[in-house]
Amino acid sequence: MTAIPLGVPRRLVEFTVDGQEARVPEGSTILDACRAAGKDVPTLCQGDTLTPKNACRVCVVEVEGARTLVPACSRGAEPGMEVRTDTERARHSRRLVLELLASSVDLSTTPKAAGWIKEYEAKPDRFGPDAARLNEEPKVDNDLYVRDYDKCILCYKCVDACGDQWQNTFAISVVGRGFDARIAVEHDAPLTDSACVYCGNCVEVCPTGALSFKSEFDMRAAGTWDESAQTETTTVCAYCGVGCNLTLHVQDNEIVKVTSPHDNPVTHGNLCIKGRFGYQHVQNRD
Amino acid sequence: MDLHFGDSKPSDEERAAVDALLGPPESSWEGADRSDADLRWARGGRAARDRRDLLLPGLHAVNDRIGWISEGALDYLCRRLTVPPAEAYGVATFYSMFAVKPRPATVLHVCTDLACASAGAAELCAGVEARLGPGSGVGVERGPCLGLCERAPAALAVRAGDPVRTAVSAPATVEAAVLAASAPDSAPEEPSAALAVPQAGQDGLVLLRRVGVVDPASLDDYRAHGGYAALRRAFELGPAEVIREVTDAGLVGRGGAAFPTGRKWQATASRPDRPHHLVCNADESEPGTFKDRVIMEGDPYALVESMTIAAYAVGAHQGYLYLRGEYPRALERMSHAIEQARARGLLGDDVLGQGYAFDIEIRRGAGAYICGEETALFNSIEGYRGEPRSKPPFPVEKGLFGRPTAENNVETLVNVLPVLTMGAQAYAAIGTAKSTGPKLFCVSGSVDRPGVYELPFGATLGELLELAGVRERLRAVLLGGAAGGFVRPDERDIPLTFEGTRQAGTTLGSGVVMAFDDTVPLPRLLLRIAEFFRDESCGQCVPCRVGTVRQEEALHRIVARTGAAAADDIALLREVGRAMRDASICGLGQSAWNAVESAIDRLGAYE
Repeated sequence: MTAIPLGVPRRLVEFTVDGQEARVPEGSTILDACRAAGKDVPTLCQGDTLTPKNACRVCVVEVEGARTLVPACSRGAEPGMEVRTDTERARHSRRLVLELLASSVDLSTTPKAAGWIKEYEAKPDRFGPDAARLNEEPKVDNDLYVRDYDKCILCYKCVDACGDQWQNTFAISVVGRGFDARIAVEHDAPLTDSACVYCGNCVEVCPTGALSFKSEFDMRAAGTWDESAQTETTTVCAYCGVGCNLTLHVQDNEIVKVTSPHDNPVTHGNLCIKGRFGYQHVQNRD
Repeated sequence: MDLHFGDSKPSDEERAAVDALLGPPESSWEGADRSDADLRWARGGRAARDRRDLLLPGLHAVNDRIGWISEGALDYLCRRLTVPPAEAYGVATFYSMFAVKPRPATVLHVCTDLACASAGAAELCAGVEARLGPGSGVGVERGPCLGLCERAPAALAVRAGDPVRTAVSAPATVEAAVLAASAPDSAPEEPSAALAVPQAGQDGLVLLRRVGVVDPASLDDYRAHGGYAALRRAFELGPAEVIREVTDAGLVGRGGAAFPTGRKWQATASRPDRPHHLVCNADESEPGTFKDRVIMEGDPYALVESMTIAAYAVGAHQGYLYLRGEYPRALERMSHAIEQARARGLLGDDVLGQGYAFDIEIRRGAGAYICGEETALFNSIEGYRGEPRSKPPFPVEKGLFGRPTAENNVETLVNVLPVLTMGAQAYAAIGTAKSTGPKLFCVSGSVDRPGVYELPFGATLGELLELAGVRERLRAVLLGGAAGGFVRPDERDIPLTFEGTRQAGTTLGSGVVMAFDDTVPLPRLLLRIAEFFRDESCGQCVPCRVGTVRQEEALHRIVARTGAAAADDIALLREVGRAMRDASICGLGQSAWNAVESAIDRLGAYE
């Protein structure tokens, strides 16, 4: 007989979202509740496999009685809370945050960003041509993945994935402060001199393409990257007996990158260097 | 945790600096659990990891001895504490007093903030830099407020070595600052803290009554002037009654947020999880604020006593005094006071023979305004980057080391002494119904007698400015520091209470009152405020990280423009400011636009 774990029974929390009654299990966030109620609140830094860091502030909503706006991704739903997701105040902050972000980093490879910029009528150009931004060339210092700081929104997801939330390697951290803060390894050394174990889990969680597979980076540079022409096949990694799921992204009969399904109960999207990057032998046709 | 340390080695001196703090390593397995049966095998590293909070003191140890933190030194410290080098590097680069690149052993920090800027900091910097050029062995660093506003302009020299030497020059001339940097040991002694209290020795003072009267080094002198009477009363009353007295007295936090102290203590005391912690926030980095420094330098035992009472009330046995890194004399006085109190049984296992254990540890900040935010301060003590945490959970629930924590600033704590010695009723009779007790104000700028003033809540701005000898042709008054707001010179009847300033559409903040006459160019001042926030933003959230930069850029564009020519950028500033106020994680971003907005609206800065 297989025992099915049911977990501790959870109470329902009753509150309102945009005037509608909502009931969500205790421990849910406002964002969970909004999504369950069919309202999507935009968010950049929220990740399905990580504890929300609420650093991007795109998902702010208005909560009755709160002095400031609150981040929907991390604030828990409390009984009696009155949440409004689409007020002028919340929309103003979202628009400004999108403008501030898009004026300081390159959001061209961030899914949904262009749509939100349009939806909220954000005009990142209005800070003028001299608005400070990083303008740094991508760092290509190894054959597996590329760091493009010009696209980094400092969401901390890679730091959390590399650190205590998943990989426990602690190879990267936020260094510096304020506008000069950036993600780096110890002593700001090249990746090859760092503690990095090339699991690629940081690439998996990066929401903007600031971290990308070398294969993808090269193909984008060559103009051959075409997501619409790619197929995805999920299979089991053959390297060891753990049984991690691999999703092979294939374009023109070549594996172009490997991801892992986030809802897989074994890996939650995480892989090791072999599963993530060790696919050349598959397509060695000699 | 599979830690990877590079192959860089510390120099003997760097190793000695770390070992002086942590003790010599017992073996190469230090920090891990070993069994007698198999000494070759070490598991974990928990013991060392539990000392993660020694990372900041460790970085100080190296920086103090060498002047900067090399790869080898950082890696050695990381090995000793089982901290990932990337994280430690992230911490080291967070604080402005640390360097991870070689620099001269002597650094002269010259304050370029508001009071110093209007007292000629720019000329001072230029003069000092001309004299201490490359090759002088001194690095000159322009920086934010050193908390010496009553003696502006100010400079602080720090010479690395064993021990580290510091010298303060304020009011600084080029000659005096150069002397302090080139020979910190023979620099003239700082003037007594009492000189920062123009009312020193006057009757009727409550909080400042001992400053300039007692010998700050003498516990006996402190006791002869009424010291430890409040703690005795606290032991008579018991913790619950102490909290009731503080609540009845109407004491609210003096750091700027004005939260009721009794409620905070009650919430901490009633949490079932243990241990509870007490944290004293002595990281006053708000430009224009120096009252905590004056108390710590002039009446250090008062803080030791009030921390003991607060800890007793909330059920804490360990207190942390988080002291600004830029306050060498306050550090020395407080260290001495804590040692003396410990030696005399006023701290330790059995305080005053009452069977209650309490001790205080000093943690030195390293140059980060944001660490005055309570949750950022906890992260800083714990050895992480001083980034604020999101609330809830609030510190009374999960604070320092994840435990219930009562966090108060120096002025708030020191108020507990009169609450207990006078009784709640008599204390509450001072001030107004909603703002009770005496209040300290830091007056600086265009006044004849700058310093810390004590007035009962309810005195008007005009009365305070009169006391300090405000000069002719006053142009603007900044209330509450860089995070506060400007008021006009004709608004002198604003009552200095929390409710009165709120009603007048401004804030009392931390008690800063900075006067500027019409020789001070307002746009430059606003630019300095914007620059301050850009420099001090931790960078965690987007509205603050990018917003403070966009704010500074817009102010640069309009620095010489007025009227219609500035209208576009002012509209932009308003929009960015509103989003910063609404969507930033913590008070820094939320208040970064206050002063500029008030200057535009109340002073017509660009009209």
